[in-house]
Amino acid sequence: MTAASAVPEPPPEADPAHWRGVAPDPNADRSLAEDSDPAAVARLRARSRALLADVLRPHRARLGTAVALLLTQNAAAMSGPYLVMLGIDRAIEPLRAGEPGPLIAVAVSFAAAAGIEYAARRGFLTISARIGQAVLLDLRRRVYAHFLHLPVAFHERYTSGRMISRLTSDIDSIAELVDGGVESLVMAALTIVSVAGILLWLDLPLASVTLLAFPLLFWLSRWFARASASAYRRTREAMALVIVHFVESMRGIRAVQAYRRQARNQHIFDSVNDDYRRSSRHAFHLIATYSPGIKLIGNVTVAVVLCYGGARVLGGDTGVGVLAAFLLYLRRFFEPMQELSQFYNSLQSATAGLEKLAGVLDERPSVAEPTRPVPLPDGPARGAVRFHGVSFGYRPDSPILTELDLAIPAGQTVALIGPTGAGKSTVAKLLARFHDPDSGTVTLGGVDLREVADAELRRAMVLVTQETHLYGGTVADNIRFGRPDADDAAVEAAARAIGAHDFISALPDGYATEVHRRGGRLSAGQRQLVAFARAFLADPAVLILDEATSSLDVPTERLVQQALGSILRDRTALVIAHRLSTVETADRVLVLDRGRIVEDGPPAELIVGGGRYADLHRQWRDSLL
Amino acid sequence: MAAGSGGGPADRGEIRRHPLRNLWRLRRYLRPHAVEFGWLMLAGLAATGAGIAVPLVAQRVVDGPVARRDLTGLFLLAGLALLLGLAEALLIFIRRWVQSSSSVAMEAAIRTDVYAHLQGLSASFHDRWPSGQLLSRITSDLSVLRRFLSFGLFFLVLNLVTYLVVVVLLIRLHPALGMLVAASAVPLFLIARRFGRHYHVASRRMQDQQGDVATLVEETAQGLRTMKAYGRGPQLAARFAASTEALHDTGIGKGRLLARTSALLDLVPNLTLGTVLVAGAAAVAGGRLTIGQLVAFVSLQLMLIWPVQSLGWIIANGQEAATAADRIQEVLDTRPAIADRPVAIALVRSTVRGRLRFEGVGFRYPGSAVPVLRGLDLTVEPGETVAVVGATGSGKSTLLSLVPRLHDVSAGRITLDGHDLRALRLASLRGLVGVAFEEPTLFSMSVWENLTLGRPDAGEDEVRAALALAQAEFAYDLPWGLRTRLGEQGLSLSGGQRQRLALARAVLIRPAVLVLDDPLSALDVHTEALVESALKRVLRNTTALLVVHRPSTIALADRVALLEHGRITAVGTHTELLAGVPTYRGLLSAEPAAASIAGTPTSTDPTPGGSPLVLS
Ligand SMILES: Nc1ncnc2c1ncn2[C@@H]1O[C@H](COP(=O)(O)OP(=O)(O)O)[C@@H](O)[C@H]1O
Ligand SMILES: Nc1ncnc2c1ncn2[C@@H]1O[C@H](COP(=O)(O)OP(=O)(O)O)[C@@H](O)[C@H]1O
Ligand SMILES: [Mg+2]
Ligand SMILES: [Mg+2]
Repeated sequence: MTAASAVPEPPPEADPAHWRGVAPDPNADRSLAEDSDPAAVARLRARSRALLADVLRPHRARLGTAVALLLTQNAAAMSGPYLVMLGIDRAIEPLRAGEPGPLIAVAVSFAAAAGIEYAARRGFLTISARIGQAVLLDLRRRVYAHFLHLPVAFHERYTSGRMISRLTSDIDSIAELVDGGVESLVMAALTIVSVAGILLWLDLPLASVTLLAFPLLFWLSRWFARASASAYRRTREAMALVIVHFVESMRGIRAVQAYRRQARNQHIFDSVNDDYRRSSRHAFHLIATYSPGIKLIGNVTVAVVLCYGGARVLGGDTGVGVLAAFLLYLRRFFEPMQELSQFYNSLQSATAGLEKLAGVLDERPSVAEPTRPVPLPDGPARGAVRFHGVSFGYRPDSPILTELDLAIPAGQTVALIGPTGAGKSTVAKLLARFHDPDSGTVTLGGVDLREVADAELRRAMVLVTQETHLYGGTVADNIRFGRPDADDAAVEAAARAIGAHDFISALPDGYATEVHRRGGRLSAGQRQLVAFARAFLADPAVLILDEATSSLDVPTERLVQQALGSILRDRTALVIAHRLSTVETADRVLVLDRGRIVEDGPPAELIVGGGRYADLHRQWRDSLL
Repeated sequence: MAAGSGGGPADRGEIRRHPLRNLWRLRRYLRPHAVEFGWLMLAGLAATGAGIAVPLVAQRVVDGPVARRDLTGLFLLAGLALLLGLAEALLIFIRRWVQSSSSVAMEAAIRTDVYAHLQGLSASFHDRWPSGQLLSRITSDLSVLRRFLSFGLFFLVLNLVTYLVVVVLLIRLHPALGMLVAASAVPLFLIARRFGRHYHVASRRMQDQQGDVATLVEETAQGLRTMKAYGRGPQLAARFAASTEALHDTGIGKGRLLARTSALLDLVPNLTLGTVLVAGAAAVAGGRLTIGQLVAFVSLQLMLIWPVQSLGWIIANGQEAATAADRIQEVLDTRPAIADRPVAIALVRSTVRGRLRFEGVGFRYPGSAVPVLRGLDLTVEPGETVAVVGATGSGKSTLLSLVPRLHDVSAGRITLDGHDLRALRLASLRGLVGVAFEEPTLFSMSVWENLTLGRPDAGEDEVRAALALAQAEFAYDLPWGLRTRLGEQGLSLSGGQRQRLALARAVLIRPAVLVLDDPLSALDVHTEALVESALKRVLRNTTALLVVHRPSTIALADRVALLEHGRITAVGTHTELLAGVPTYRGLLSAEPAAASIAGTPTSTDPTPGGSPLVLS
């Protein structure tokens, strides 16, 4: 592990290697299942193999067919040389005698064998590609779906680069196994077993000498298994770091360029890239040692058998023919070992990738879907929100909210204000169930959020934040994200209602304009408008706005407020805003400071009192015009 | 929503001059390892030779010493076999060891170069290219290349050599039959060529689709909160399913192609063998060939099966490498749209006065027909602070991005102290300009690293001062102070905290020109007032261009410029504009106004001072 575990502290600038900083959570870049203690490693390894077995299970029938085809192909391939010998031994004499029949028979059988080989090979390769691709598809989908289930807190520490790494480069490492694995495994195992049988049958003492090689092979393989497992594991981690850094610097390219960050970035990239180079070189060096090691054992065994066998022949214990045959087969015995070593290598590499995936799949969502969801009440009661003694902190040692109590009756519009860092967004995120409280409950319509099915919760409540995200696609697609079944007219109506229609129709393709990735085609304010239209279209019972209008100009903001005012008349709303113009229209104002509600009341009342809100309001008034 | 399909490489599937051209162009990365490659080829060939010799020696033992009951001879030959065996293993070890070192070194070298190149490409390139596409180039494409360099290329050479040697031996053994075998190279060639063409298309598609999947994953990770907020997991999963399905189908298509070709490549040597058998048998019957010769010929010919069989795999590997090289070169061939001119000058910070002038500036985003800015004139005097005010989408951020040359003007020019920005060294210009973007860009690195983005050499005191100015001392209270790693995109901070860090970063470089895009939008009124009073001190002797929405922040500015319809339509002090320019009043008035003014700038009446816009 890198900086995360290196807690001793030089001043930050002293050590350029500390660019990553110290993660509040030492396991920040792993899934919880990936621990460094040996037992956890072994568990994960077992689990990753189990995962492989699990994704292969649906393909048992196909795998059987593939193996059958492979055997057929090999039988056909084996019969070729045999038919050639048959032709030479049996067909030439009759031909001399002017009798082409036997030659024709041999030629026809030969052609038939070639045809069978062709068909079987083609079939085998096609089926194994099918299996392989299906396995990869299955893995990708499983892991992706699981990522979607994992809570925001997980993603914050895991980072998108790592998520990408899991779904691309780790899967790639498995693809290599899937591509050539079945063939080399089956063929090698088959050959080794059958040849071992023949060897034992040919000459038992010689065969036992051969078997002496096995402890060596076993020992070498065990060494390789251990060394390569940790080497490949390191490779996967190093690659993830390369990806994390790459993704972030490309995403922040404007800042990188504006701040002439290129050199430093290059330095960092080179160092993670070099880590990856070294770790993969190490892994390749292991196989570069293991594979010739196997070869060496085989070759030495051949020489030993040669001596011992020759001596036995000289001693009259066995025949020359037997020795000759034995040597031929011995060669056949060790050759597939090479293939097996390659397969083993791919397996090790794939397992390291699978471990990472298994680690993700093992991660239990801390914000979990209820097993027995309780339906939300219908009608107006649906929108009632309550915090009962809610305590929450992102880290155990620093609570953000302590024992927060708050009741918002259905239909009320509440403004939440307070200094930055007071915990306003945290309240919003708890209400939207991005996190679950450490203690206490948050209820909607009287039902604990933990007991509401996610789909129902999301229908009832929408959170719009300052960080608006637009997906690649058209403007209309992005608005429709609020309600996927909405028709074009509804989309346009939503845009009109919040005043986004004019700018959208001025775009080159109107609603069909591609917004580019993350909505880069639009200005920040325009993105916020689209996000609003989306929320408007979603039409929830509870709407939470977290500084959602911060990038809008004043008139546009007001228009949005008017639109929301009309839609929110009978809905619950929690509005977080710094511009008190927003707040004035609320039914009630809450002032939050350091996680506590310090003032609570209708804006008109709070203004006349001498409290925080009155102060803020005065300051704000003064700052106007 | 088709995320992957948008933008990206425009020239997908374009027909290239020669399929291997780009692969060949990458040879410069091979050059530093040329000697190693020479050695490992030799080691590989020698190992193959030793490998062939071992069974021959073994056979000789059986035929010679054993038959002659010669014990010394036996041990001698067995010793030889042992030596050859050791040599083979050692040579293989050397080959693989060297090969793995040099192939990973080449992979790393290309990756470094691609990254360096990408960092130099302009913002508009990065707007167009999904980063997943870029990412797949430095990951999966590079590992394809590495595999080709460490195995494909080697076996290609080895197998060609083996093939040629065996065919020459066959021709020498029996010219007519040998030529027959040699002629089988024609169908092999045709099959290989056809396969290569088809496979090329498929592997290009596959690699592009891999990039699409990476893009989709990245987008998912970034939009995770939005996805959660709307409970749109199922839709995203369906979208991902479609994208991976496409990848799956392409994979199967590739598998089919490979299956057909591999099987054909198996068939051809078999049929040749059959033909040789029939023709040879006839020749033996006719007395033109002995049985011994025929047996020798056939057993030699059997040695051809493996090199031919593996051809399909090698071509596939080579095609993938060629495609990967294409994709990598596509990036490397893109010239940076914004780069230093041949004779660019560097300004010395102490001599810069900071007079920033926009002269008839026009700007249009690449690929869009309508210009955002047209004929914009504005002068910011040294040390002056000008606020730019305009409706949402009027082009304020665009204007600001022209100053550090994240984009270049399409018409007119921008000068700093009379120098056209394009005549300055980029590094020099960007060292003079401090920027805080509308959306603070933070990286999942330490706070320190995020702050010193533009000044890696900044001292502790300077950082402290910058943090104090931006009211961002909270950073010291993070669990590990400035060494704390920020969550991705800084999302473990509140919005206002992020914005203040970004502001501290901008002032830390002690810029001659400060460009702040809506820098206080996420701050509460109280903090905003504190930051403002601190900023005022910095702004006193720094040229600054700010975008502001709030009347309160305008107090920071000496003058205000109203941006409308792509040009500055009014400049003056806040009070002047408020009194004389209704549009301005409409934009900044705290009072509820008629809905009609809130429309977008493009739809309102262009003439300033038209109908009274403020009703209150
Ligand atoms: N994801 C997070 N991980 C760790 N700390 C966080 C996270 N989000 C916010 N915080 C911290 O919690 C505190 C409250 O943040 P927040 O609720 O966003 O404040 P605000 O009132 O400005 O919206 C801040 O000190 C912030 O640093
Ligand atoms: N990358 C882009 N490609 C094409 N058009 C863009 C791009 N970025 C912004 N625009 C358009 O340019 C206009 C000005 O955007 P911007 O400068 O961000 O506005 P703002 O004044 O709100 O900061 C907007 O209408 C927007 O749609
Ligand atoms: Mg907040
Ligand atoms: Mg803007």
